[in-house]
Amino acid sequence: DEELVIRPLHSGDIYASFQFRTVWDTDFMGGKKVSHYRLFPKSLGQVISKFSVRELHISFTQGYWRTMQWGQPFLPSPPGAELWVWFQDTVTDVDGTWKELTNVLSGIFCASLNFIDSTNTVQPSASFKPLGIGNVTDHRFLRYATLPREIVCTENLTPWKKLLPCGSKAGLAVLMKSEKLFHSSFHSQAVHIRPVCQDWQCKSTSWELRQTLNVVFDLHSSGQGKREWSLFKMFSRTLTEACPLASSSKIYIDVTDNPQGEQFELSPATPLLSQAVVLGDRRTYSVYDLTQQATFGSMRSLNMLLRWKSSDGECDMMRPLLHGERYVAGYGLQTGEIHTLMYNHHPYRAFPVLLLDTVPWYLRLYIHTLTVTSKGKDNKPSYIHYQPSKDRVRPHLLEMLVQLPPNSVTEVTVQFERALLKWTEYTPDPNHGFYVGSSVVSALVPSVVAMDTNSTQERPLFSSFFPSKEESSYFVRIYTEPLLVNLPTPDFSMPYNVICLTCTVVAVGYGSLYNLLTRTFQVEEPSPGLAKRLANIIRKMRGVPPL
Amino acid sequence: MAAPLTLLLVVAVTIRAALFRSSLADLIAERVEVVSPLNAWKRVVEGLALLDLGISPYSGDVFHETPLIIYLFHFLVDYAEITFMVSRKFVSSVLLESPRLCFRKQKYALEADRYPLDCLELIRSPKEMYYIPLKVAMFYLLNPFTILSCVAKSTCGLNNAVIALFILCTIKGSALLTHTLSLCLHHYPASFLFFLSFRLYIPVNIRRPSFWWYTLQYAFMYLGSLFVIICLSFFLLGTWDFLPSVYGFILSVPDLTPNIGLFWYFFAEMFEHFRLFFLCVFQINVFFYTIPLSIKLKEHPVFLIFMQLAVISIFKSYPTVGDIALYLAFLPVWSHLYRFLRNVFLVSCVLLACSALFPVLWHLWIYAGSANSNFYYAITLLFNVAQILLVSDYFYAYLRREYHLTHGLYLKRKDGSEATLVLK
Repeated sequence: DEELVIRPLHSGDIYASFQFRTVWDTDFMGGKKVSHYRLFPKSLGQVISKFSVRELHISFTQGYWRTMQWGQPFLPSPPGAELWVWFQDTVTDVDGTWKELTNVLSGIFCASLNFIDSTNTVQPSASFKPLGIGNVTDHRFLRYATLPREIVCTENLTPWKKLLPCGSKAGLAVLMKSEKLFHSSFHSQAVHIRPVCQDWQCKSTSWELRQTLNVVFDLHSSGQGKREWSLFKMFSRTLTEACPLASSSKIYIDVTDNPQGEQFELSPATPLLSQAVVLGDRRTYSVYDLTQQATFGSMRSLNMLLRWKSSDGECDMMRPLLHGERYVAGYGLQTGEIHTLMYNHHPYRAFPVLLLDTVPWYLRLYIHTLTVTSKGKDNKPSYIHYQPSKDRVRPHLLEMLVQLPPNSVTEVTVQFERALLKWTEYTPDPNHGFYVGSSVVSALVPSVVAMDTNSTQERPLFSSFFPSKEESSYFVRIYTEPLLVNLPTPDFSMPYNVICLTCTVVAVGYGSLYNLLTRTFQVEEPSPGLAKRLANIIRKMRGVPPL
Repeated sequence: MAAPLTLLLVVAVTIRAALFRSSLADLIAERVEVVSPLNAWKRVVEGLALLDLGISPYSGDVFHETPLIIYLFHFLVDYAEITFMVSRKFVSSVLLESPRLCFRKQKYALEADRYPLDCLELIRSPKEMYYIPLKVAMFYLLNPFTILSCVAKSTCGLNNAVIALFILCTIKGSALLTHTLSLCLHHYPASFLFFLSFRLYIPVNIRRPSFWWYTLQYAFMYLGSLFVIICLSFFLLGTWDFLPSVYGFILSVPDLTPNIGLFWYFFAEMFEHFRLFFLCVFQINVFFYTIPLSIKLKEHPVFLIFMQLAVISIFKSYPTVGDIALYLAFLPVWSHLYRFLRNVFLVSCVLLACSALFPVLWHLWIYAGSANSNFYYAITLLFNVAQILLVSDYFYAYLRREYHLTHGLYLKRKDGSEATLVLK
């Protein structure tokens, strides 16, 4: 299946989200070797079988998703690279398997995931529950790592596109041209693999691979300031055909704010409309079905155009109910404070959120300074799981379940101390700073609209990613900003000098004590001065008695 | 004697109480010269907080104290300030006792007639010696280093208290008792205690069987008390985690937080290939002077204690000003050496200047960003050189006084002119 969702944002930008779903009917749990891949990419299939992976989620993101201006994304992702994996319970050495897996994935995606090691991997105990079926919840088999410094570029896009069944030759993948995709405010590509039920009785499972690409095009840099978007303007391509291997291929345009066409005009018009409940809101979409030949019209190509009628009249966007921010406070290079703010914009409902913080070991957190305040009063978390860091071995892990009161801001502060590292442990540009990965806020947000819990009905892909178990709430995961923290640096040009000078001081101590320990006092017969000595030499030569 | 002492105590307590209540207390508690990763109060509180959360304090890398400290502060955490002040008073009172006792012994030496007559001016009169304990107490209590260390609530104060108690017990002669206490310290003193009290008042005669019997008894008691302390620490928390976290931490120096010692920058700039080698060299350097010093100073145990304390304070892996204050407190005991000291002016000027420059250069490096780590490192080097000069100067003066005591004060050469004395 493939689909593209285009959602105009209130700030004039436009959000395009591609999703490609490949289902592979095979069963790994039995331990049989598989060789028939069909549409599933062979590299990922081999990865799953070799490393006994149950779920794999990897994302590469450039830019930060601005929740307050753009609303909630369909699939959240933190800046940089993020990888979290659930292994099957047959794995005996999870850490070793994790290390090999990261190296293999860095080869597949041409990304430097080999920087993931024990110093930035954690085992969350409560967040990141499995998104697929299966009830293994022993968090020994879960590993989570982020690389906030990772940059996404064309070299990462190309292998990602190669994993698609049609490649980039047919279907929606034709639109993915890197020169336009990376000229955007936000770009995120992800791969999610998980086991799903084949039918509603769930007698057998199959593997689902979802590849997603989220892009936000900026009004002024890509749109040249004119509020008029078309496929050609966004992607510099138009669509000519659907992927022949796709069972469904659709484009959804969000027209909820435009019921009678008074805000913008959509051409070519399409009669198909569908409604879906996504992110707690009922939205209406115009649908273009690419498997129908009629969609392409007489010119055999589809180039949709959204033209806004007037430049004013911004109507209210529904405020996202949950929002997070994070920053570093303090001055100087010795100490600091991390402040995480969580906003609950629901007018009357309070709900609990799970906050996951991974802080590298060189920022030493002092957990006795942890304070959680809501509306000025102390708010004690009901569950705290803290794993302190070990120098150069593992990072800090802090997980808390906090109840957010309605219509409030909750502030979590914790103090830290900056460590001085060995000179070889700094990056080549040490004064740029060190990145701290985003905090993850996971919550079941109460929804005003009843969510659809029926999981087998045909639904658009974008609304079926996070399984919703109950009707009154939907799952939301928010990533805060990554932090950039400066550490005190030694002088990198000085190793030899430092060794010499320090050894000199130690030698001064050694020398004076050695002198005093091994020598004794004696009365000195003073030797005559230089002039006298010379005179004596001359006298000796003359044969005259000395002075 | 009691009145000036009481006055001194009152003044010291007032100063500390005033500083505790002011906003300077937080500022001082964060200074790297005063606290180190081994004895910072913030880390003790953190360890207790981790224990409350149900996590072992040694599972992370923040807490490096022995479990006995946890045990102590679990109950005393609210009275921390009072605890530290009490430990200060304890140290000072102990320090009072030790010179008094050691001079009592020296008085007997006075009565011996083996000194030549012109050395009378070298020997101290009882009147001088009367005031020395008070001077020692004053040096310790009113030393800015001790005041800073106490206000910062660094556990260095407790360590100093135990060391002082050890010294007192050693001088009194009941050295065996103190090992159990001194083993609470996870620091270097554990090394020299063994040699110290061993050599103290026991005539070393290898052939005598009683000597070996005493050695055996002593070693057994030492090992026994060591074992008891370690097992007690184990049972407090149920894990052996504290061994690498406390002792392994001191020996392997993984935390490179700047302090006034020589280790941090050296190992921050060390080539990885040589790290283990230089670590061993530096740690051996601390213990290296024990045997030579105890051979040279076997008749002068109190001075040996002083020298050992000083050497360990200078060369240990995480020194703080509290450690320096302890050996500086002993200086009035050797005030009669003043005439033989060569570098007093230089050393005192350098120490004062460095103490003033430490906070300045730290601020410039960390907060203002206009200096870099080399400035602070240079002052560290200078401070340590000054301390080494001070210690070796006192050693020189002590040895010279001993020479004069046996050979007469005004030395004449064979032809009658004034002689000079050199080390050969």
